Amino acid sequence: MTQVTFSPSIKTRPVYAPLQSQGDAPAILLCEGDGALAILDLAARDASVLGRAHLIHIPAGTAHGPRLRALGARMYHEAPSFEALAARYGKALADATMSTRLYLAGTEGLIAKATAAALAAGLPHQAIQAEHRGSIARRMQCVHCKGVTEEVTTDPFTCSHCGLTLFVRDHFSRRLGAFQGVCVDAETPGDVPATQEIRP
Amino acid sequence: MTIRFNDETFRDDYTFFNSPEAIARFPFPFDRDDYMYSVNMEPHKTGPEGTPFNVRFDVDEHYVSEMRDREITLTEDPLRCQSLPHMELAGWDLLELIMRSKAEDYPELFELHCDGDRWHWINRPLGIDQRFTFGDATTLPYGPMEYITRQAQGDFAVLDQREDNLWMDAGMVTSQADWSLDFDIGMNFFEWHAPVPKAHEMGIFQRALKFLMQINQDNPARRLNWTMTVNPRLDTSPENYHKWGPEKRTITSENVGQKQYLRVELQTFWRLPRSNALAFPIRCYLINLEDLVSVPKWGRRLHRVLRDLPDELADYKGFAVNRPVIVDYLSQHDDGAATSAGIYPTADDAPRTPA
Repeated sequence: MTQVTFSPSIKTRPVYAPLQSQGDAPAILLCEGDGALAILDLAARDASVLGRAHLIHIPAGTAHGPRLRALGARMYHEAPSFEALAARYGKALADATMSTRLYLAGTEGLIAKATAAALAAGLPHQAIQAEHRGSIARRMQCVHCKGVTEEVTTDPFTCSHCGLTLFVRDHFSRRLGAFQGVCVDAETPGDVPATQEIRP
Repeated sequence: MTIRFNDETFRDDYTFFNSPEAIARFPFPFDRDDYMYSVNMEPHKTGPEGTPFNVRFDVDEHYVSEMRDREITLTEDPLRCQSLPHMELAGWDLLELIMRSKAEDYPELFELHCDGDRWHWINRPLGIDQRFTFGDATTLPYGPMEYITRQAQGDFAVLDQREDNLWMDAGMVTSQADWSLDFDIGMNFFEWHAPVPKAHEMGIFQRALKFLMQINQDNPARRLNWTMTVNPRLDTSPENYHKWGPEKRTITSENVGQKQYLRVELQTFWRLPRSNALAFPIRCYLINLEDLVSVPKWGRRLHRVLRDLPDELADYKGFAVNRPVIVDYLSQHDDGAATSAGIYPTADDAPRTPA
């Protein structure tokens, strides 16, 4: 069980509450890695959530698949990565109705990407819930070149696109599904602070 | 009133300057000798004759050069102007508001002729003569918001109102105090203000939001905001921070008077009639310390404000590193005399005692 308590921060920094069942409304449940445990917990609290659910799992090296499949969702699918899932997830979002609920569980990166795709598809933010499990690595957008660097665990870090050294802000865009990274040595080029592990 | 438009730059060789008239009408942002956040809103109706407070959309000597600077920024980075799909109607609302205001307030510079939805717009300073169909974006070279804000000084945020909140869903942002439209677009009022220290805890944003959501068409409002900028640079964007950042470290006690600018934002708020959106122009005015202290009251007051400002605010506004040099310079222009209430000098303000 890898549940993380995040430090208090500014208002754009996402916070994650345990998933709350919205009953047997049409639902898309997407979980990655140990996010599966959040879905299993949700189902244990209210099994009706699965009645009209499309449950999608990205194992990411975990072995929760059989237990998820056994929950008996209307549709169950395993995908090797979020990218591999793009078309199927996109269709599920396009087919969503006014009452469809989206439940996300997994790393910050997974939640961010899946939320951004859902908002772009027109899902209202009130229909989306997310529970964090697993890594606290961040998706960071470089404010300078706009490239997104995945799985950032240090502050500062090097932009994987333009190579600038960026510091990790807590300012987060739901639309982009990313935190903002800003050049750390803009005023004094080369004067870079010591690298630290990011904290929750 | 005739305006002579300056030929000047806001980057590279920085030839920007304020004429004596521009200094005298500068919207100095402090009406007392100290500063803390407040919901400092007032009706945007009138102000002293000749000042930026007395017209709806101020046009001044920097107009033509500012629009040229905006064009350079947009050519380098088109993402500085964005509008989410549901905001086009608000763009037409904004176009109408600006065109009508400019044509009425500056008839010698701008003309608008409307025959039903067939409109004819003349902008003399920029040499534009455009016939178009109101509501049909294919008859303009850009979308309506981009078209008109390429002809209006200051940044523009256009806010959608829903779910008891304001959402920054469109904007033209090329003269910003270090925030990114591309990152913040789609955020609500609390989200795009998230990085501001202290003010959330003080309840500033809750009160401001409540006020702004109640603005109606007949009662535009305004407030002033401020920061400090090294060199007269309009585009102090996060996107280009790695390019302009080094300039912040070039301030010395010898050059601070010329290179250090007070940057003032005249923010106004307008309810738009068709879309019910809120237009939020953020007009930037720049004045260097040397010109500012030529008004003795302002030299005294800015010294006291910056000297006593909480560190957290100086950090947030990005001038903590230069504060000692700035305050030292200004202290030479503060003789300790009392200052009159309000922004502009009055007969009660003493002439400066030589240092």
